[in-house]
Amino acid sequence: MARLPWLKLAAHGVMAIPLFFLVTGWTELLWWNPASRALSAEPVAYTHNALGLAALRALLASLAVTPVRLVTGWGRVVTVRRLLGLWAFAYALMHLLFYLFAELDWSLAALAAETAKRPFILAGMVAGLALLPLAATSTAAAIRRLGARRWQALHRLAYLAGAAGCVHFILRVKGFQWEPWLYLGLLAGLLAMRLAPQSALRLRLRTS
Amino acid sequence: MLIRRNPSWALPEREATPEALYMNRRAVVAGLVAAGALPAAASTDPEKVARIAARRTMDAGEPATALADVTGYNNFYEYGLDKGDPARRAGTLRPSPWTLRVGGLVKTPLTLDVDRYIARAPWEERVYRFRCVEGWSMVIPWVGVPLSSLIRAVEPLGSARYVAFRTLADPAQMPGLRAPVLDWPYREGLRMDEAMHELTLLTVGVYGRRLPNQNGAPIRLVVPWKYGFKSIKSVVAIDFVETQPETSWNMATPREYGFYSNVNPAVDHPRWSQARERRIGEFRRRETLPFNGYAEVAGLYAGMDLKRFF
Repeated sequence: MARLPWLKLAAHGVMAIPLFFLVTGWTELLWWNPASRALSAEPVAYTHNALGLAALRALLASLAVTPVRLVTGWGRVVTVRRLLGLWAFAYALMHLLFYLFAELDWSLAALAAETAKRPFILAGMVAGLALLPLAATSTAAAIRRLGARRWQALHRLAYLAGAAGCVHFILRVKGFQWEPWLYLGLLAGLLAMRLAPQSALRLRLRTS
Repeated sequence: MLIRRNPSWALPEREATPEALYMNRRAVVAGLVAAGALPAAASTDPEKVARIAARRTMDAGEPATALADVTGYNNFYEYGLDKGDPARRAGTLRPSPWTLRVGGLVKTPLTLDVDRYIARAPWEERVYRFRCVEGWSMVIPWVGVPLSSLIRAVEPLGSARYVAFRTLADPAQMPGLRAPVLDWPYREGLRMDEAMHELTLLTVGVYGRRLPNQNGAPIRLVVPWKYGFKSIKSVVAIDFVETQPETSWNMATPREYGFYSNVNPAVDHPRWSQARERRIGEFRRRETLPFNGYAEVAGLYAGMDLKRFF
């Protein structure tokens, strides 16, 4: 019997937590407890925010894979990168669909108008669109078709998606809030680690 | 001849209790509350705070939002950014005893003992719509009196054209002050005619009881035709001034939050539409009404371009 891919299963499990929480929350609210506050007093806004946040966190997790491998030398961690990226795309897609459904009555014209009018929606759309080709070329066959070098260049779009997602979040909140800046800082840190010479990363590990 | 009549709840200096006695009184009261013998003046549990007798004078014509939502879901950044934070974290506020200083350009400045004020004034219950600038809304039965009654008591000078309000800013009682979200203390303001308007409510209770801490205990403002952030909470100072006072959200982002901030479906927030709102407890959004449905205030803004003075 083949060994269980426990690392992948664990990653799927963690990534599914927000979705599981939302599904159970809505099930409770709609079917047996209309007074439930599991999804706050404003379940629509809560769901919308939770999906967006899950997308950003999953994307940052996928971008953390390579730096984790560089620092720790743990090679197998790479096996979860694709699934983390696909979860990020799935959450971003659900975030967009939920927005279309709950706020725009499925009107693509309204979506276009909002995108043109509001920079924070534009940033969110850029993040989502940047993820689309990555999800579409996530298969081994796609890597073969594109060639590893071109595939890798294309997948650097993930950083654009991350930056646009952070800007989307920063512009969305009221006043000055730390949380979205924290994500942007994390993203910058992950990018810096990738640009730093690999020997420097390993050296830091050895001396720590 | 100047005849000065102090209202019953004004507190002359000679009546101020020495601090030691006063702290002792607090210990005694706290003991009685803990023993269940007295209703609490302060709590985050809306069922535990003391009742206030009030006569209902205004109805919204629609059912009030559930107590759990009114007291469990609101913005009060002094306790954190999440709308559940005020209910979770406002237990550190000590709204009793509380003094509210009313001064500035007035003939008779006052220092209000809020507990005594609550005990003596004839209170009204008014069910108002409450529209947050974020796009959600509630229907809330407040307990208060028109702010105009307090304004008349202090006799503003002719030069007083605006009223400035300030919230407590004590990091020991308000953990959210550590975050630089706004330039603390929280400040708000009204033009004199807005402050004098019959709808502007000096509020001490909700749902027939004293305000729970998270809703701005012990005393706050409710201005139902303006976005919720104008209805400043836990007020410690009211000052009559000559020029338009600084207001916290306007200082933070002047492009997004104007001094007036009247509810207006025709003027979008730069980042989102204000045309519709979600009433807490409902799924679909509903149309937002000009001045939040309080058309009687329109006269205050006659001749003003409300797109410019948003």
